[in-house]
Amino acid sequence: MSWEIVIGLETHVELATRSKIFCSCTTEFGGDPNTHCCPVCTGMPGTLPVLNQAVLEYAVRAGLALNCSITKYNKFDRKNYFYPDLPKAYQISQLYLPVCRDGAVPIKTGAGEKTIHIHEIHMEEDAGKLVHDPWIDQTRADYNRCGVPLIEIVTEPDFRSADEVIAYLEKLKSTLQYLGVSDCKMQEGSLRCDVNLSVRPVGSAEFGTRTEMKNLNSFKAIGRAIEYEAKRQIEAIEEGKRIIQETRRWDDNKDASYAMRSKENAQDYRYFPEPDIPPVELTEDYLTETRQGLPEMAEAKVERYQAQFGLPAYDSEMITGQKALADFFEAAVVLGTPAKLVSNWIMGEVMKKLKDCAMEAADMKLTPPTLARLIALVEGGTLNRNTAVKVFDAIFAEDGDVDAYVREHGLEQVSDTGLVQSVVEAVFAANPKSIEDYKAGKEKAFGFLVGQTMRELKGKADPKVVNDTIRTLLQEQ
Amino acid sequence: MKITEEIVDYVSVLSRLKLPREEKGKMVGELESILEYMDILNQLDTSGVEPMSHVFPVKNVTRTDEVVPSFDRAALLQNAPVPDEEAFLVPKTVE
Ligand SMILES: [Zn+2]
Repeated sequence: MSWEIVIGLETHVELATRSKIFCSCTTEFGGDPNTHCCPVCTGMPGTLPVLNQAVLEYAVRAGLALNCSITKYNKFDRKNYFYPDLPKAYQISQLYLPVCRDGAVPIKTGAGEKTIHIHEIHMEEDAGKLVHDPWIDQTRADYNRCGVPLIEIVTEPDFRSADEVIAYLEKLKSTLQYLGVSDCKMQEGSLRCDVNLSVRPVGSAEFGTRTEMKNLNSFKAIGRAIEYEAKRQIEAIEEGKRIIQETRRWDDNKDASYAMRSKENAQDYRYFPEPDIPPVELTEDYLTETRQGLPEMAEAKVERYQAQFGLPAYDSEMITGQKALADFFEAAVVLGTPAKLVSNWIMGEVMKKLKDCAMEAADMKLTPPTLARLIALVEGGTLNRNTAVKVFDAIFAEDGDVDAYVREHGLEQVSDTGLVQSVVEAVFAANPKSIEDYKAGKEKAFGFLVGQTMRELKGKADPKVVNDTIRTLLQEQ
Repeated sequence: MKITEEIVDYVSVLSRLKLPREEKGKMVGELESILEYMDILNQLDTSGVEPMSHVFPVKNVTRTDEVVPSFDRAALLQNAPVPDEEAFLVPKTVE
């Protein structure tokens, strides 16, 4: 029998506000334990939380960009659970009237285009961090993250493969970054994803029993976890076993998931309307204003890059795939560098480096003026393309000084035809056999002579000058 | 709704409360009288009445997104039953 995988996603995104959702503590990542805290976010009795306007605005922005309808009359609800990462013993969230509903996100995979539907987006607060200390056999609670604003974006069960899930997450991440709503750094936990997965025979209209997978800390882990869980469920069903609805924890080191203990599975949150936060009414004017205030998104940039800079569609899509790359591109072009050259460097060397270093474009130290300078040196004939790549490799990590590096390492391109000619003559004298071969029609010999000449000139020669000189001198032989 | 000792057990697990045996019976009675009162309220015809989400007639109480220095850690930790110099200490909870 062939099986179909059905997946829905719940994605938690930490919002990039300066202060927390209900108090004025900083949301900055890190910090010594419990130094970004106050009586409100540590849940002291008698405190009154007050909603941060920016949280509302960011949630609405996200909703508009993801084609949702926005709830005009908003309220918050109290989700009760006793766990020490939450000092109030409840989380302020939205159950009954989430701020956004019914969105749609178009995605592209190797299998084609499709639309992922958003069920809802709601606002809530993040929990603290628990670190167990085996030495004293107690757990330390750090509430710096407690009260950092989150939106939870819940999709319909529209995904049929890990590829679709990754494509959606890439799209979501890029959209939220363009909106300035979140930095979406998975390694800092500002984008977290729970995967709800079930399997069913192809053609079946009913859904199978689903499991929920948590602790997925990278796109790679998400892909592997989906593969693992689908296989586990299919094998179980084929062996005649039943799938139990449960929460499973992904272990990235072991490449396997484990059912969490039933106690942690108990989901009875006894929601009720949050009495501390009054309702929030959004006017049509507010929504219009927010819509007009949305920044230029990837799709618009793709169009503009083609129209304004004459970039190919492919380049435009690659560069706008990450906001940090688009920003980098635009800043380099503003400096007067030809757009296509900037785009070639970004799609080639920059993206390769980022991939090799497993680094996000946003964390890159290389600045647009540095790349612009490097390109200018190639265009001006000071560096040949191969040497420029070597310089790029050397300066990428710390955004080094291009001119200083070229000077220190004596990398200026040799275009002095007299010098090139004397080296070529020496190479010819040392390799009479190659000249015979060339005359006998072996084009390979030509390449060999070029290589020898380049080596003598330590790779710094202008390849065109070398080629021309060798051709001319060969004709004279 | 009839309150049983099982329901009391379930609610006490959710609330992380350990009830001695003799208190369970007492809880059954108390919870039941609360629910009986709700039954009286439920007799009212509330069709056509908007569910109330807040007791005061206020809305849109928000603050601007500004950071204010956080509280002194030592002062915060004073309220913890068991702190060390930088954190609240709790019994082992993670697996
Ligand atoms: Zn606070």
